[in-house]
Order: sequence, then structure tokens, then C-alpha cells
Amino acid sequence: MAAVTTAPDTAAAPARTGDTVLDVRDLRVSFGPGLDAVDGLTLTARRGETVAVVGESGCGKTLSALALSGLLPESATVTGSAVLDGDQLVGRSERQWRALRGAKVSMIFQDAATALNPLMSVGAQIEEVMAIHGTHGRAARRARAVELLTSVGVPDAAVRARSHPHQLSGGMRQRVMIAIALAGSPDLVVADEPTTALDVTVQAQVLALLRESTRDAAVIFITHDMGVVAEIADRVVVMYAGSVVESGPLDEVLERPHHPYTAALLASVPDPDAPLAGELPTIPGRVPPLGERAEGCPFRDRCPKAREKCGQRPPLAAITPGGSAAACWYPENTAAAEDGRTADEEGTP
Amino acid sequence: MTARPLAVAGRETAGAPLIRAEGLTKRYTVRTRAGRRTLTAVDRVDLSVGAGRIVAVVGESGCGKSTTGRLLLALESPSEGTVTVGGRDVALLSKKELRLLRRDIQPVSQDPYDALNGRMTVERILSEPARVHGVPLGGPGGARTVAELLDLVGLGAAYAQRHPHELSGGQRQRVAIARALALEPKFVVCDEAVSALDVSVQAQVVNLLGRLQRELGLAYLFISHDLALVRYLAHETAVMYLGRVVEQGPTSTLFADPRHPYTQLLLATVPRPRARRQGRDEQRRAAVSAGDLPSPLDRPKGCVFSTRCPLATDRCRAEEPALRPVGGEGRTVACHYAETAEVAA
Repeated sequence: MAAVTTAPDTAAAPARTGDTVLDVRDLRVSFGPGLDAVDGLTLTARRGETVAVVGESGCGKTLSALALSGLLPESATVTGSAVLDGDQLVGRSERQWRALRGAKVSMIFQDAATALNPLMSVGAQIEEVMAIHGTHGRAARRARAVELLTSVGVPDAAVRARSHPHQLSGGMRQRVMIAIALAGSPDLVVADEPTTALDVTVQAQVLALLRESTRDAAVIFITHDMGVVAEIADRVVVMYAGSVVESGPLDEVLERPHHPYTAALLASVPDPDAPLAGELPTIPGRVPPLGERAEGCPFRDRCPKAREKCGQRPPLAAITPGGSAAACWYPENTAAAEDGRTADEEGTP
Repeated sequence: MTARPLAVAGRETAGAPLIRAEGLTKRYTVRTRAGRRTLTAVDRVDLSVGAGRIVAVVGESGCGKSTTGRLLLALESPSEGTVTVGGRDVALLSKKELRLLRRDIQPVSQDPYDALNGRMTVERILSEPARVHGVPLGGPGGARTVAELLDLVGLGAAYAQRHPHELSGGQRQRVAIARALALEPKFVVCDEAVSALDVSVQAQVVNLLGRLQRELGLAYLFISHDLALVRYLAHETAVMYLGRVVEQGPTSTLFADPRHPYTQLLLATVPRPRARRQGRDEQRRAAVSAGDLPSPLDRPKGCVFSTRCPLATDRCRAEEPALRPVGGEGRTVACHYAETAEVAA
């Protein structure tokens, strides 16, 4: 069954970002009949723009990230379309992927300690990317590696370039991984929970660094934490049980969430500024495991507002002129949208 | 509720805290390329947890919060200082008494996947503590039954026959909590017990921990890096940095008016969905420019936070501030300028 997915109107996105570099339409990752882990992902990302893909474990966000970097296990079948700067990413062979990875697409993972090669100095790991993608001359590569390490905030970069990963702190290792990701000047950086393992003060530093260092690329930023989304994203795509339930510009999604799942996710982040009111808000139940998804709206079982019509699957429908869309028959906060209020009135941050 | 006395009976003085650490210090000798070095993981920490109280210890990697937890669990012995449970010095207990003590104090760790034996069913996992301690299941003086435990943590009876890999992260953590409660402990050390979970599941487990604490009159040491969560749960909070407690007091006081610059930075860097409108940008910038944590092997002289503190003066770099009462309400702060310190005022 093909879900109806209406692409949100991205033409209305702010002009401060560049051309669309990534255009994903109805992407599916399947592990067999009825086992669509990603069930129709549609999103676009412009150069200089960070699109956060957010949801709980099992919502398909990590598999989406792996699909966009050609790192899915062989048991997965990918269909649909994902075009990166003219290149179709779906259906590439491993050999074809190698030409892209590092040069056009790069990944930043959660756990830098396991993603980095423990036997190579971090400088050599950065140089390796450049060697594969055509920066000639060892001296030039070495100089560029030190330059990159400096730019990601590694002090004494020339000395640290000779360090091995275990000699660096978690924050420094994550900075090294960002340097490696940027070494090939990619068009797309896919970052999967890159700050989840870091301490909060270091997380703030790495998020600031990611914002500054990825101005020339589109970034797909995978996270489960709405607090982090608020720090990093220009636009937000909320996934639930494999499909997009809401997407839109950051301010609209944070302030006027349309889908009950988005609202619940936002409410479950403990807010240190809010008055304490009994227990923490939670979302009852859990994400249905793959293969146990019911017909209709996937959030129906956990939704406080579910009605009979929710037995049919709602399409992702545009809601605001600002580009917000939600897959819900009874979206919240639509009155504000009808008033004609848009993100522009909030002033530019 | 059964009001079983502490298994290790001490000469309890009325009103004495259940567990108390005084001058707790833990040093490790590590071998580096520069030779043998001393790493001070925990440095002169005083902490007490009363019956039915929740005390949180917060701080970043390497601040000594987990080591403090292990010392209170008597899984390690302190280099200096003492841990007393019900008035008895843990270091002076016989092996047999120490075994009895373990019924009263139980850990819940971060990763339930590592902490649960994957080959055992939930039923076996939950009845294991009784078996190990030679206590009958159920009945007066016995351990809680599997059915009781599953009910306590909100899992249906059907979960008894499952294996850990068949459970979600949140369900596994519920099983780990249930196991910790099997022997009717008085004191539970939760070390980052929810930090591996999704935000929404985190909230469920935190609420469960709060409910269990109230219903069973438990005491917790709640170790976490997440200040926002701590606020919902803890009566008192101690902020640690490089082995030292830098600020301590009633949680509400500490959150309403943090007095140590490190507490202020920690609080400012909690990611908030509504952060953009809250004008904490200056503090965030201060945190971003504060640089990396120093290695616990190279602890700064003077104030431990002086190398990252935007307000540090020469005095801070030379003279270690004592933990002293600031502003009443039982709050103590280790900062020379605690009364006036405002990061990004």
C-alpha cells in the first residue's frame, strides 16, 4: 500500500539558504513484505540548511540516515528516490557509493570512539579522506588536516594530529569526526545523534561548531531530543513508526506543533525553567515494533485525540504558508495558521 | 509495607541519616607515559542520605559521581574518609555483615542490556537475588515475589517468560529496577539509570522511580548528568566537578538561584525546546567558550573550576575555596565569589 505523501512546499523556505542539494521522495527501506522500517520519507535540504529528523527509537530515523549514505545492511531493500546534487542515491552499487562517500556525502556518528580507527593517528585519518578524493601531495594533505583540526577547535592541532583516538577526550574525538566529515567538502553531511554521548557543556560546544562549520553543506541531523533540535535545526521532520508525521520550519514546529505526536514529544522534554507540576509528561505506550503496525494512523493507539476516522491513514498535508505539514486528520494549532500568522512575524533570530 | 529494620543492625541514633559519607576520598594510581600518577577521582566529599530521601549527584564525565556511587555501595573502599550505614562504619564490617548490607543497598546502572543476563528469563532474573542471598521468595522476611516485582514496575505477568532481548529499552530498565527491589532494600544507587533511554521513555522511568520512592519509602542516590531530570526527582542536589562537590543544597533552591559559576553554566547548557526565547544566550556562549574538561590527572591548582570559569581571578587560581554555607536553607557553595557570581550577568 502506498501512503499518500504530499511534499511540503519548500519554495517558501527562507532565502538565506542556497539551492536544494538533497531531494528525497517517498523513500522506503524494507526488510520484507509488511516490514517497511522507513515507510515513505519525503524531505528536501538546501545548502547551508540543517534539517533535523526527530523521533523515538524505532521510528526509522537511523535507517533513513543509513539509506542516505549507502550504509544499510544487505538485507534491506531501498525504493523511492533520493537525489543529491543530480546523483540518484537509490540503487547505487557499493562501488558507486565509494565515489560519493566522503566527497559528496559524509557521516558523523554518535560514538566517535568506535567510529574512528584506533590504530591510526587522527591526522592520518583525515588525510586518508583527502587522499581518496583527490587532494594530491602528502605535505598539502598534512597541512590541510592541521588546518581542519584547528577549525573544529582542537587546540595544538599540529601536535594533536599525531594523537590516537584513545588519547583524546570524547568531545575532542567528536571534533575529529567532524573534521573527517568535512575533509572532502561534502554537499551533504548526515549526522546521527552526534552529541548524544557527550556531556552537556561539551554538547553545546559541538552543536555550535556544527552550525558554523557546515555552512556550505546541507545537514541531515538525526536526534531524539527536541532540546537539541531547537539548538541546531532550520527545519524539522518528525518521524513516527517509519513515516513523516510532521515537517516544517523550526519555530513553527516548536511553537505551534500540529501533530499530537510532535506536541507530546515536546512536552516530554523536562524544561528546567517551567514550574514543577507533579510528574513529567509522558507518552503512554511505545512505538509499535516493525511488523505490528496497525492500519491507519500509526500513532492512533497512543494518541489522546484518536477517533474513528484515524483508522484511515492521514496524508502529509500542507497546513501553513510557512511550509508546515502534518499527517493528522485533526491537527492542533491550526487556528493560529488561519489567522495568517507566520514565522516571519516572530522576527529573525 | 513491612518495616524491616536494616539487615545490619547498628546502634542507630534517632534521626541519623541512613547512609553518610564523610571526607570521602578515592585515589587511583595510573600508569601513564610520564610514569605513575595519582588520579584523585573523589576528593573530600561529605554526603548524607536520610531514609526516604532522594539526593542527586550531578556533573560531567570524570567528576567522580559514579565513583562516589560505588563507594556508597561498598563496591570500592575509600582511600580516606568513611561511609556509615545506619551508624556503622562499612569498612569495619565482617564479610558476613557486608553480605547482609548488600540486601539494604542496591544499584541500578545505566545500561540494562549489559546488566541483565541475556540467557535468563525475566522470572529467573528477578528471583536470582533471593537465590544468591538464600532468602525465601515471598512470606514475612522473604524476598518480593516475581509477580509482586513485575507489578511494582508496571509490567504485566506475561513478561516473566521473556528474555531481555525481547524487551524495549524502557522495559529492560524496568526489569533492572525490579531486580534491585527484590530484597526490599532501603537505599538504591541509580547511576545514570535513564540516560540511555529516549526522552519520552526517560520521563516514564523517572516517574516510576518517583512513585516507587514514595510508595516504598526508599532512599536514592540519583547520579545523573541531566539537571532537568534531577529537578523533578531529587530533594537535594550535589554538583560535582573534578572530584569535588562545588555546590550542594535543596534542589529547588539550587535551581532557582545557582550560586556556583559551574552550576550556572550546567543549567544554561541544558538543551531546551524553548531556549531561543529565553535569553540565556550569554550564558550559553560562556559555556561554549569554556573549553574542554581538564583531565582528572591534571586537576587545576586553587579552585578546580578556575581553568574554565569565565569569572576566575588570580585568587581562584591560587587558593582553593572551601565549601561554605551561602544564603541559608542548608546550601553550601565552594566559590570565593558565591554571593555575587553571575556568569554572563
